[in-house]
Amino acid sequence: MRTYFLNFWQGLYTILIGMKVTFRHLFIPAVTIQYPSVKPQMPERERNRLYVNMDDCIGCDQCARACPVNCIEIETVKSIPGEDLGTTSNGKKKALWVTTFNIDFAKCCYCQLCVFPCPTECIYMTDVYEFSEFQRENLVFDFVTLLPEERIQKKKNFEELQAKKEAEKIAAAKKLAEEKAAAQAKPIEPKPDNPGNPDNKEETK
Amino acid sequence: MMYDWLYSLTGSEILAMFIVSLLPLFVFILPFALFAVLMERKVSAHMQDRLGPMRTGYHGILQTIADIFKLLQKEDLVPTATDKMLFNLAPLLAFIGSYAAFAVIPFSGFFIGTKIDLGIIFIVGVTGLVVAGILMAGWASNNKYSLLGAMRAAAQIISYEIPTLLIILTIIMLTGTLSLYDLSEMQTAYFWNWLILGGPAVGLQKILLIPFMILGCLIIYTSTLAEVNRTPFDIPEAESELVSGYHTEYSGMKFAMFFLAEYANMFAVSAVVAVLFFGGYQSPFGYLGNLLGWKWLIPIEQFSWFTSKGLFFVFVQMWLRWTLPRFRVDQLMAFCWKYLIPFSFVILLLVGLISLM
Repeated sequence: MRTYFLNFWQGLYTILIGMKVTFRHLFIPAVTIQYPSVKPQMPERERNRLYVNMDDCIGCDQCARACPVNCIEIETVKSIPGEDLGTTSNGKKKALWVTTFNIDFAKCCYCQLCVFPCPTECIYMTDVYEFSEFQRENLVFDFVTLLPEERIQKKKNFEELQAKKEAEKIAAAKKLAEEKAAAQAKPIEPKPDNPGNPDNKEETK
Repeated sequence: MMYDWLYSLTGSEILAMFIVSLLPLFVFILPFALFAVLMERKVSAHMQDRLGPMRTGYHGILQTIADIFKLLQKEDLVPTATDKMLFNLAPLLAFIGSYAAFAVIPFSGFFIGTKIDLGIIFIVGVTGLVVAGILMAGWASNNKYSLLGAMRAAAQIISYEIPTLLIILTIIMLTGTLSLYDLSEMQTAYFWNWLILGGPAVGLQKILLIPFMILGCLIIYTSTLAEVNRTPFDIPEAESELVSGYHTEYSGMKFAMFFLAEYANMFAVSAVVAVLFFGGYQSPFGYLGNLLGWKWLIPIEQFSWFTSKGLFFVFVQMWLRWTLPRFRVDQLMAFCWKYLIPFSFVILLLVGLISLM
């Protein structure tokens, strides 16, 4: 009988305690963040969309090689002599035109492995996390600052230089060959006349 | 009286009756349901340290209106395996049951749908239609969870009707009237005349009555809470067990009917508690209309007192919802049969003895 009344009393009393707790919570400010209008403070070492500061990029390809999912695509073209590409912020001289620097964020796994090898610290994580797209192709971000014509121009410049060099090389080689031929024409003649030459001996065998 | 006033205004009995009968629905139930749904969402949100609807209008005040438009536009789906006639009839029955109860609820001394002498018994009887509607919905849905929910609802409502009726019987015995109007008029003037504080009785009788009245009020509040299937007595709807029970298969306006019936019922039982124990539409400390000599102000004051009392009890229902977890079926039955019913019998007996004094 005693437990019966005790149960009744405890039931009533504990409900009142619970109601006190919920009533207090009615006036506690909500923890809700009204997302699109109010953005939450992101942690310091957040890993979101990558950004490449092309002013500092030397086109060393180390980030692309570090990437575990191969989402970074880099193509570089050597500069031709006389072109000044400037220096990076930590004093490295740039020697390559970066004509392609695509990061495919559909593939990117946000592991941050590309950030550490960069010698000029030009690739880093930003706080941008709202970049969803309707087309998967739109997630391929192109970071190159050159215009499309410029890229073609740089390639052409290099190819022309290469062709010029090649032509020069061929010309030089030809010249060399000619010179050689001219130089060799004379000493070859007396050779058979030289009986003391051991090489000739072997050949004749 | 509203009816007499409208009769003298329009000169037609039919028109006056028609308007009087429709007034609670359009002036009260629909706006109340709109408000209560929003209130429920805001109260529950703030009790959980959330914000609730915030986008539609200032702090989401237009949210329920948007929801109503959504429900109106929805396709009226009737699953193929259902019993069509019963399926369509059930929401109507549930809604009629809760709407009819408003016929005798005294919103103010001036405005009662019908001033019948059997008011409280009428409410208890006519809300029985809701059980029929719920059971019908569960059966006609041809869905095991709906049927389970409906069965639970029926068992629960029938069990909890007993303590409710015993407490109502106590009040009837004490006051000698069944009319809600007379009950409210009896508790007039100041709040110490409310039945929770012993009613208009004086002397030792009043002091002796107070603990029984408080206990009786708690019991009737708990058991009516169970009758409207609110948490912690929401096992008939139990979203996590029964995918919301008897109205699982309903959509669009039929679902809205159940929804409306639920909220109308919430207010109806709160109104019953307010009338039985908290003076109905009476102000706790006199009327401004009497003070200023503006007689027309009194019904308006009474209406606002009544709605605020009702809304307070609706708020307590919501408050309890976020405080208490759901009962198990055996706990539910044990609570009713082992605690509420013996206590209400004792109250009935002792209040009977005290009223003999």
